[in-house]
Amino acid sequence: MRISIDEHVCIGAGQCALTSPQVFTQDEDGFGAVLTGREDGAGDPLVKEAARACPVQAITVDG
Amino acid sequence: MTQATPLPDVVAFPQDRGCPYHPPTAYQPLREARPLARVKLWDGRRVWVVTGHSAARALLSDQRLSSDTTHPAFPRPTERFATIRERRRAALIGLDDPEHNVQRRMLIPSFSVRRAERLRPRIQEIVDGALEAMVAKGPPAELVADFATPVPSMVICELLGVPYADHEFFEEQSRRLLRGPAARDVEVARERLEGYLGELVERKRATPADGVLDDLIARQLDVRGEPDRQELVDLALVLLVAGHETTANMISLGTYTLLSHPERLAELRAGGPERLPAAVEELMRFLSIADGFVRVAREDIEIEGEVIRADEGVLFSTSLINRDTSAYTDPDALDWNRSARHHLAFGFGIHQCLGQNLARAEMEIALGTLLHRLPDLRLAAPADTIPFKPGDTIQGMLELPMAW
Repeated sequence: MRISIDEHVCIGAGQCALTSPQVFTQDEDGFGAVLTGREDGAGDPLVKEAARACPVQAITVDG
Repeated sequence: MTQATPLPDVVAFPQDRGCPYHPPTAYQPLREARPLARVKLWDGRRVWVVTGHSAARALLSDQRLSSDTTHPAFPRPTERFATIRERRRAALIGLDDPEHNVQRRMLIPSFSVRRAERLRPRIQEIVDGALEAMVAKGPPAELVADFATPVPSMVICELLGVPYADHEFFEEQSRRLLRGPAARDVEVARERLEGYLGELVERKRATPADGVLDDLIARQLDVRGEPDRQELVDLALVLLVAGHETTANMISLGTYTLLSHPERLAELRAGGPERLPAAVEELMRFLSIADGFVRVAREDIEIEGEVIRADEGVLFSTSLINRDTSAYTDPDALDWNRSARHHLAFGFGIHQCLGQNLARAEMEIALGTLLHRLPDLRLAAPADTIPFKPGDTIQGMLELPMAW
């Protein structure tokens, strides 16, 4: 699994960080970010839920 | 001889709720007509109303639907807004991308999850202070005026850098802006708020302080060398009004709903503070206080077997979307154990509520503290006599007499 966030699309709603805090966070400016070392999803079953919760579909989950 | 079944009349929209926490019973045919149906506005105009959860997600993300209130075909679901000539588009909520994105990105750092978390201790102090003042003068008390309004009003004042001393003025003008009753009330309220915020922006330019409005002025100075006074006033107006009216309604209607569901209330009290985040999400879903987002189609859009034509109006009934049986089991029940995740009470797409993380923190702290400190909290009037807001505005209680 490979997770990426399109930072030009992100509106900083924070849904990813709320849904799957093991994998997602918000950077200092409030934009969604994947925690370092967790780009493979770290086995968290909530990653796909987090992607679905994003209001602007800025999160891509491959694999 | 058999008679043809008469075609049902087109349902009027919006309508008043019969019970403050359930969708109007007259919307029942719309629920059955999922995912979208035709409704009739006050002036007879036919528009679409979206009631299905997956269609709502798709359409609220679709940039062919516009939020531009100056679009000639933009629907006016309320008569008092119809006669008002829109001089310009509201900041954030009245803009489409790319203009919307420029404003939103200026504000994202001020409304992040982290920023809301850092504000929690201060929100707790504000809640404690408001509750102490209410308890000192009662029982009885009137929760809307004594607790549900002052808490978010103080929080948004501190965050934006607006003096709370002026709260009676801007709360009254916000009320008129949203609920009139006449078109003239809406216009006068907007002029007064713009005048007030324009003076505030001037004072802040001269003497900068520590608030989101001060940050915005500094950011505009950085980028353009000169602040755009009109844009600052427009942004301040949206943030100030949206920042206290909506949360106040969730606190008042949330309290009324909990007291009307004693078993759920007992579960919530027994579950401790870790129960609160899920309870707040479920209350958001169940109450859907912003029940009727408005858009206009810029082009034809095909959606689930229907075609929305260019210039047609599209409304979103969140109270029906959040009770779509294909998204939630037994949706008319209030249930802390369900996953209310993916409710659309904060909207979806680029306009999803900017202040949602702040609102969650405020609701968790306000409702949690109220229930914990006042274990005998109860309504001080028969539930069915307590007045609530009409269907053409944000839903909530007009008054909430309480005893404890």
